[in-house]
Amino acid sequence: MTSATGGAHSLPLAIEVVGLRRVYDVKPKAVVALDGVDLEVAPGEFFGLLGPNGAGKTTLIKILTTLLLPSAGSARIFGFDVATETRRIRRIMNMVAGGEQSGYGILTVREQLWMFSQFYGLGTREGWARVDALIEAVGMGDQRLQRVSTLSTGQRQKMNMARGLLNDPWILFLDEPTLGLDVSAARGIRELVLAWKAAIPGRTVLLTTHYMAEADELCERIAIVDRGRILAIGTPAELKRRVQRDSIFRLEVDRLDGGPAALARLPGVVSAALASDTAPDAQDVTVNLVLREDAALGGVVTALAGVGSQIRSLGKSEPTLEDVFVKLVGRGLADNGDDDAPMPPSEADEDVAAAHAQAHDPETGG
Amino acid sequence: MSARNARTGQGSAPLTPAERRLASDPRITADWTTRQTAETNLRALVGRAYPRVRGMFREPSWLFFEIFLPFLGTSAYVLVYRALKAPEDYVGFVVLGGALSAFWLNVVWSMAGQLYWEKSQGNLELYFAAPMSLMSVLLGMAAGGLAMSSTRAAAVLVISALVYGVQFQILQWWLVAVVFVLTLTALYGLGMMMASLFLLWGREAWHLTNVMVEPVYFVSGLNFPVGRLGAVGMAAIATIPFAVGLDAMRQLAFPHSVLLAGTPPPEVEALILVVMTVVFTAAARWCMATIERMARSRGSLSIRWQ
Repeated sequence: MTSATGGAHSLPLAIEVVGLRRVYDVKPKAVVALDGVDLEVAPGEFFGLLGPNGAGKTTLIKILTTLLLPSAGSARIFGFDVATETRRIRRIMNMVAGGEQSGYGILTVREQLWMFSQFYGLGTREGWARVDALIEAVGMGDQRLQRVSTLSTGQRQKMNMARGLLNDPWILFLDEPTLGLDVSAARGIRELVLAWKAAIPGRTVLLTTHYMAEADELCERIAIVDRGRILAIGTPAELKRRVQRDSIFRLEVDRLDGGPAALARLPGVVSAALASDTAPDAQDVTVNLVLREDAALGGVVTALAGVGSQIRSLGKSEPTLEDVFVKLVGRGLADNGDDDAPMPPSEADEDVAAAHAQAHDPETGG
Repeated sequence: MSARNARTGQGSAPLTPAERRLASDPRITADWTTRQTAETNLRALVGRAYPRVRGMFREPSWLFFEIFLPFLGTSAYVLVYRALKAPEDYVGFVVLGGALSAFWLNVVWSMAGQLYWEKSQGNLELYFAAPMSLMSVLLGMAAGGLAMSSTRAAAVLVISALVYGVQFQILQWWLVAVVFVLTLTALYGLGMMMASLFLLWGREAWHLTNVMVEPVYFVSGLNFPVGRLGAVGMAAIATIPFAVGLDAMRQLAFPHSVLLAGTPPPEVEALILVVMTVVFTAAARWCMATIERMARSRGSLSIRWQ
């Protein structure tokens, strides 16, 4: 199957996933991380995967980046099978993850990027030139000769972004690229990715994120994923239309015994979830409410009064991706669920051994 | 940033790697020639060696830890042998053992355990996801480590020889060179194989690394002729490149010493090293391919952030 987007000739689909399933064989019982995923992403598209922890986003990215084999089904990147044509896929893609600590602290930013350029086969001089251009593009000119071990989190992530662009990939996989960054650094990363993608037709980005606003701003289409399944796919506008007929309220109370789930059980309430943009140190509880009709609000107010909660503020709001998410998933990203990501075996308690090994490695450089 | 290139390479001059990278179709970008693949692997080797070599110059404190401390360790044995009035050949054996142990330590600490450490740092996934062979990374680690180890070995050898007046009586320089090179190729072949296995064994890798130091020193005869260990020494010569390489070097450096009797002649030991090089390198390739297959199948070896 081919698709033409922004180019003079037709290209294969950037991503084509059919019936993809992945099961982790962990104790006490196997975990189904992906359960029959079907997905098509056109060349040149900025596509987002939105879902809570354990939804299967990262597993899907691992499979698409050839780091993990599917248990069943198939996946292709620009026509290349992820199971059998790994080399070809690795020549046209790159990936960046949030919180990535890759590389060697003893190297400078410039040296580190050059080292990675060699892994992609860039010529020696070509590599240095490309590194210098990318350092300028990510706005790290002042840090180019600074040791990697001394970079801030935001600077480090900018450097990681530059690493992800070294080989001019046809497809870039971004796994929570702005995780843990402050507002300014996150904006810088988003602007960089958008500028890079816009420069050449056919460049494709697959982004996973927890941040609804980020997905809304960047993605042309979004898939909402939960428990290994895609619940909905569409443009942000299409997805929002799903909740347009509902009444959406933002409610702030001093406390909420029983959590949002207590409100979700009330008659006329479609969903209730903690707002994801609530500050971690906030005293009050902010809840996004989706009601079948405005009249259901009376029951909510009565119920809150009954449990002694005091309403700080209450306002009607326009639908957001978060409302769509809550309606489809049944809970918000800020809610604690029982859906921690399936961890592969032998990952626990590695830190001690890693620290020992690091103590003997001359490259870590503190 | 760069623009895509409309050339396809069909019916005209072949595309350069840069043109291929910027081609207007991902199928062209992905279609590498054998030469481009080989060049990338070579560049990856140099790239991975780079941080080690850079680190040598950037943090010269290693000179103290890698030269002065090993010299002290060697000196301790020299003084003990002299206090016991042991034959003077023993001093030469200890000095040669102290110098060659630098390579063994490098193999154990900076190669065998290295992939495991790379995994915990998050580098391994990036290595897997890059279009190079992982063998290039292992060879790059070896090449980078070799620079540091060679400096340490040469320094310990020269300083100890000068301080303790060791007289080497080398008659077959060419064979010394051959045995030395073969010892390194066999050692680093073993190191590459162990890197894969240590990655597979996870946490136990740390304990394995410890097991690979003192016990191997003992059975390899770091500070005495390995022939003194009888069957154990012969088993070490047949299986551990450090043991056979060290014994061959001692026989070539002290050809008239009767204390070295009981082990195969250096020519035979050179052949053993050739076999070890072939076996360990082939095993390393096989292990690496197996590890990657297992990692992709189980999702348990390279995944750090999930």
